[in-house]
Amino acid sequence: MTEKASMRRVIVVLLVAASLALGACAAKRPKAAPPAAPSADEGVQGSGASSASAAAGADEEAAGPQAGLLATKLVYFDFDSSEIKGTGTDVVAAHAKYLAAHSETRVRLEGHTDERGSREYNIGLGERRAQAVRRALLLQGAADAQISTVSYGEERPAVPGHDEAAWAKNRRVEIVYLTQPLPPKQ
Amino acid sequence: MRTRPTPARQLLSGPRGLAGALALLVVGLCATRSARAALQIEITSGVRDPVPIAIVPFARAVPADGGLDVAEVVQHDLEGSGRFRALRRERMPAMPTRADQIAAAVWKSAGSDYVVVGRVSAMESGQLTVDFDLVNSLTGARLATQRFVGAPGALRNAAHRVSDVIYQKILGVRGAFATRIAYVAVDGSPPAQHYQLIVADADGANPHLLLESRFPLMSPSWSPDGQWLAYVSFETKHSGVYVQLVRSGERRQVSARAGVNGAPEWSPDGRKLALTLGGSGGNPDIYILDLASQDLTRLTDDPAIDTEPVWAPDGRSLYFTSDRAGSAQIYQTAAQPGAHPKRITFGGSYNARPRVSPDGSQLAMVTLDNGVYRIAVQDLASGTVHVLSHGRLDESPSFAPNGATLIYSEREGERGTLATVSTDGLTGLRLKAAQGEVREPAWGPFSP
Repeated sequence: MTEKASMRRVIVVLLVAASLALGACAAKRPKAAPPAAPSADEGVQGSGASSASAAAGADEEAAGPQAGLLATKLVYFDFDSSEIKGTGTDVVAAHAKYLAAHSETRVRLEGHTDERGSREYNIGLGERRAQAVRRALLLQGAADAQISTVSYGEERPAVPGHDEAAWAKNRRVEIVYLTQPLPPKQ
Repeated sequence: MRTRPTPARQLLSGPRGLAGALALLVVGLCATRSARAALQIEITSGVRDPVPIAIVPFARAVPADGGLDVAEVVQHDLEGSGRFRALRRERMPAMPTRADQIAAAVWKSAGSDYVVVGRVSAMESGQLTVDFDLVNSLTGARLATQRFVGAPGALRNAAHRVSDVIYQKILGVRGAFATRIAYVAVDGSPPAQHYQLIVADADGANPHLLLESRFPLMSPSWSPDGQWLAYVSFETKHSGVYVQLVRSGERRQVSARAGVNGAPEWSPDGRKLALTLGGSGGNPDIYILDLASQDLTRLTDDPAIDTEPVWAPDGRSLYFTSDRAGSAQIYQTAAQPGAHPKRITFGGSYNARPRVSPDGSQLAMVTLDNGVYRIAVQDLASGTVHVLSHGRLDESPSFAPNGATLIYSEREGERGTLATVSTDGLTGLRLKAAQGEVREPAWGPFSP
């Protein structure tokens, strides 16, 4: 390309870039609006584009049962492991028993990891943990329709901090009870 | 156009001048709309023999130039690359603005091998022109003379293009200063965090908020034409893959299937996304989604975690992370179903999140190196691995489109910051947010 031609090209590009830059500054900022009530961050502008959040209203969280071990809704894991162990085994058993006895009740299992390792790999690891709890619940009497899973990987730590104490609290599955019951069986 | 507010503000602080010295650049906001301060740059390491250059202040077009000092932007670009050392203004022997005013010998004795002069002028139409010349002060030869024309709001971009030309003329490699990065910014303490997806100039200036959410946003990926970003959002309390036009903000959901929806990466032809889908059984595998037809092709089928796919530049194969051999390693597979993945990484117990250099010759990844996570580059032909970064929790490497630099995220104290390192490991700098954490940088393509 000759220098002249390349210069002409650059000029065209700059004009485009200029309009892009202006467009970018003026563009509305979509907000991935959460379904919950307004919060402190509601003041920001932009609202379009969030049809995906509409369906989430059905998944409001409930406090869930509180008696004995049922008050504990966290299951902890070792590094890079999805094995349920120690008190986690008893916690899962208690929730399995409760779900078996309350067949309309629904839970969402949220799998989490500590911050070490790559983020998408940790999504996979969190999913593996949620699935381990799901299988344990199913084996002990809960029904598949009562359980959904999601993995947040390392994206939603329970506690801040970057040492083993914090990591141990963040490697977890949260058993989240949902307000919306299963429809009654026909 | 002329009534717009100042397109960019620029303040300088801290000692500068020598590569390797601490340099701070506080850059302005995108007009009045940006909610977020720009990232600050500090040079963390520089090459031993930077090219000495003098970037003389350009003739200004006051007030149309909005106070932007073009030469200062160019100087920061070039010094930030670690390849150049700029002559301080107070030591300049003269202040020419045209090539024919340059007395080469004077600049040679001032220690500058090259001199850059230029001028900004306002046209009747309200547009600005930027003219500049690059002169070799050893020979007196004029190496480049160019003009850029654009709206006042594009003046900073024009400055980056001046830097691109100088970098290419002197080093023989296309500069990547007039490019953009996307990243995720997070404010607040766990568990109440606030997530933002931001696009900014490659030097951190002009941050533009694309999306914000109370639920995680992750894994931004640029389309090859730089028009779109793909990313993961948990706004429905379930993972979903979305694509969004950077310019207008228009977005759509392209995958919200049962289980994991993650790790989108645009194909080199821009028509497909590679992504990770977990299904209701919770087993993440690699798929290809055709964006026009919505057709889904499954590439891997293994009980292991298969994720983080990335395309080879020729589009014929993909690299991905899998723990099928017991720990996370990187594999390569043909971009068609039924292929047998081939293991690529063998050093150490953890290699993940591959990214391929623009020429296809190198793989950047996160590697576990004596108990800490660092960025490494593996030469694909020889298998040689070089660890480039020095942190404890370095992650998310992304190549500049010229292949000369990687941007990645690191943890500095309690905060996540962005950092760059040249692929030879010699030059680095850090981009810090004024508050909160920034992570998952994705370096965009060259502008057309």
